[in-house]
Amino acid sequence: MKIIMIDLLPPGAILILGGLLVPLLPSRVKPWSGVVFPVLGFMHLLALEKGFVQTIMVFGYELTPVRVDGLSLVFGYVFFIAAILGGIYGLGVKEDLQLVAALTYVGSAIGGVFAGDLITLFIYWELTAVTSVFLVWAGRTKRAQKAGMRYLVIQVGSGVILLAGVIFHFVDTGSLAFDKLIGADGLLGSASIGVLLIFVAFGMKCAFPLLHNWLQDAYPESTATGTVYLSIFTTKMAVYALARGFPGTGALIIIGAIMTAFPIFFAVIENDLRRVLTFSLNNQLGFMVVGIGIGTEMAINGAAAYAFANIIFEGLLFMAMGAVLLRTGTCLGSELGGLYKSMPWTAGLCIIGAASISAFPFLSGFVTKPLILDETAAGHHVVVYLMLLFASAGVFHHSGIKIPYFAFFAHDSGKRVKEAPWFMMVAMVLMAFGCILIGVYPEVLYRVLPYPMEYHAYTTTHVITQYQLLLFSALAFVFLQKTGLYPPELRSTNLDFDWTYRRALPAVVRGTVWVGREVIEAVAVPLRAILSGAYKLVYRLTGPEGVFARTWTTGAIAFWAVVGLWGFLLLYYLAR
Amino acid sequence: MSDHHDTDRTYWLDDKKNVDKICYALYGICAAFALADLFNYKHHLHFSFEYWKGFSSIYGFVSCVALVLAATQLRKVLMRDEDYYD
Repeated sequence: MKIIMIDLLPPGAILILGGLLVPLLPSRVKPWSGVVFPVLGFMHLLALEKGFVQTIMVFGYELTPVRVDGLSLVFGYVFFIAAILGGIYGLGVKEDLQLVAALTYVGSAIGGVFAGDLITLFIYWELTAVTSVFLVWAGRTKRAQKAGMRYLVIQVGSGVILLAGVIFHFVDTGSLAFDKLIGADGLLGSASIGVLLIFVAFGMKCAFPLLHNWLQDAYPESTATGTVYLSIFTTKMAVYALARGFPGTGALIIIGAIMTAFPIFFAVIENDLRRVLTFSLNNQLGFMVVGIGIGTEMAINGAAAYAFANIIFEGLLFMAMGAVLLRTGTCLGSELGGLYKSMPWTAGLCIIGAASISAFPFLSGFVTKPLILDETAAGHHVVVYLMLLFASAGVFHHSGIKIPYFAFFAHDSGKRVKEAPWFMMVAMVLMAFGCILIGVYPEVLYRVLPYPMEYHAYTTTHVITQYQLLLFSALAFVFLQKTGLYPPELRSTNLDFDWTYRRALPAVVRGTVWVGREVIEAVAVPLRAILSGAYKLVYRLTGPEGVFARTWTTGAIAFWAVVGLWGFLLLYYLAR
Repeated sequence: MSDHHDTDRTYWLDDKKNVDKICYALYGICAAFALADLFNYKHHLHFSFEYWKGFSSIYGFVSCVALVLAATQLRKVLMRDEDYYD
């Protein structure tokens, strides 16, 4: 009986309910809730069978709160693994707010991944927005507060657009099912308005170019633990949603390629190392988006595999930078350096994450990224392929080298701090272990991918060419450092697309208000004169002494009435 | 927070000569991998340019130098004070 009851719960519900219970727990066990509830949730997921679908009728509409299939499972697994490791990393968090926000946020993202219909998806989509914003606000600075507000507006906006799209789509097709939404031709041009709106909503959460800026704006303002959680769930839920609804959409190949390339320019000149990682995250999402755009079974596998691997290695990098933030109070490259002396373990683990994201052989990036690259080449997308290669070299440059170099090496900042606390260390060690495990035994991951496949990452060609690409990127770094061409880390803000709504738009509004006021002032003087003249005229006519205010005799009224009626009769006669 | 034991210690990397050693090691490894292209080991690639000798090495190096030089120019346009938005 109990098992049946548990089966009725959607995956993720245990985390959401658990999160709501946190404030009631005794303070000694509270931090462990971030580990225990994800473990329980994961066990619940493992008990669900592949192919399990739960449907309910609501107001005569059939909804599918749970659909367990290959695509949802791979994202579900990695979300739970990340949630458990995030929980371990956050064992030092004493604040109810962060624990509640983290658990409900993760639960919502997992719920979204298993949503089988668009209404359920919409509900979880909005839930992730309103729960995660508390993680941004948990930074408890004025910047965090403001960035959180901007984040919330954009995230909720994405949900509203999604809902509008769902309604249009339902009116068009009568279907609420969340399956492939794009037509067989893969063209956005021939998609309905509803499908286009859904595409834009997904694109906002996936940080498409020009829709991306909430990511770099809000994520680095959160706490050490908060940013780790944030970096994992929202964007990968969006990747999942795109893989479900828009596989083979040609536009995604272009969008993804741009995403891989343009954020890395910003990453090179950004000083806040956690913000560098958000640019890197944006670039990584681009690879997944390209895979989805290509849309073959192998490419979808590649996108899912890369999302899986990325959550682990990018999570590890965010964890390492979080530990640095916790111990030194800053993540600014200009203030750091030489930390390997006091945080050698964190430095070593960070380097494993950095090497994984750069796709060094025997680490997770190496066995997952080529799935996407190979399919891009097989589809003869030569320009996109070259862009992805450029971005791969760039990733190594800004994430692989820049992050560990400026935090742990470079010039010694003189900071001597304690090594990261044990729980952070445990989480980072497990993450690093994941990177190596997947790198050495890729079948572990390949087996849970949506489509069965046979792939050998370790060919001589692939290993050697990859080493060449990476080692010569490292050589470029050394060359640029030695010649002084490498831009120094500077305390600064770099303008990005958010300038349009943080500066340009407010300026336009202020300008419009100013112009409006000037125009009113200019018009007001003559207008007031005219109005007062008109008022005087009316007063003269209808006032106490006015013509219209006189009392008329009954005879005069009768006379004018007769004149009026005669006039009407005459006009009527003439008009015939 | 600060620990005398730590500050007094000199580390292997503190010596500039050792940093140079790492750089020389990198040059050596790079040369070895670049020379690998003298052998015909490449198979199952999709584009003909990928078979060119030294393609990956040159592409990696040029990409990164171009990336950094372009980003440096970008900084001239985009960089503002740290508290620009505050």
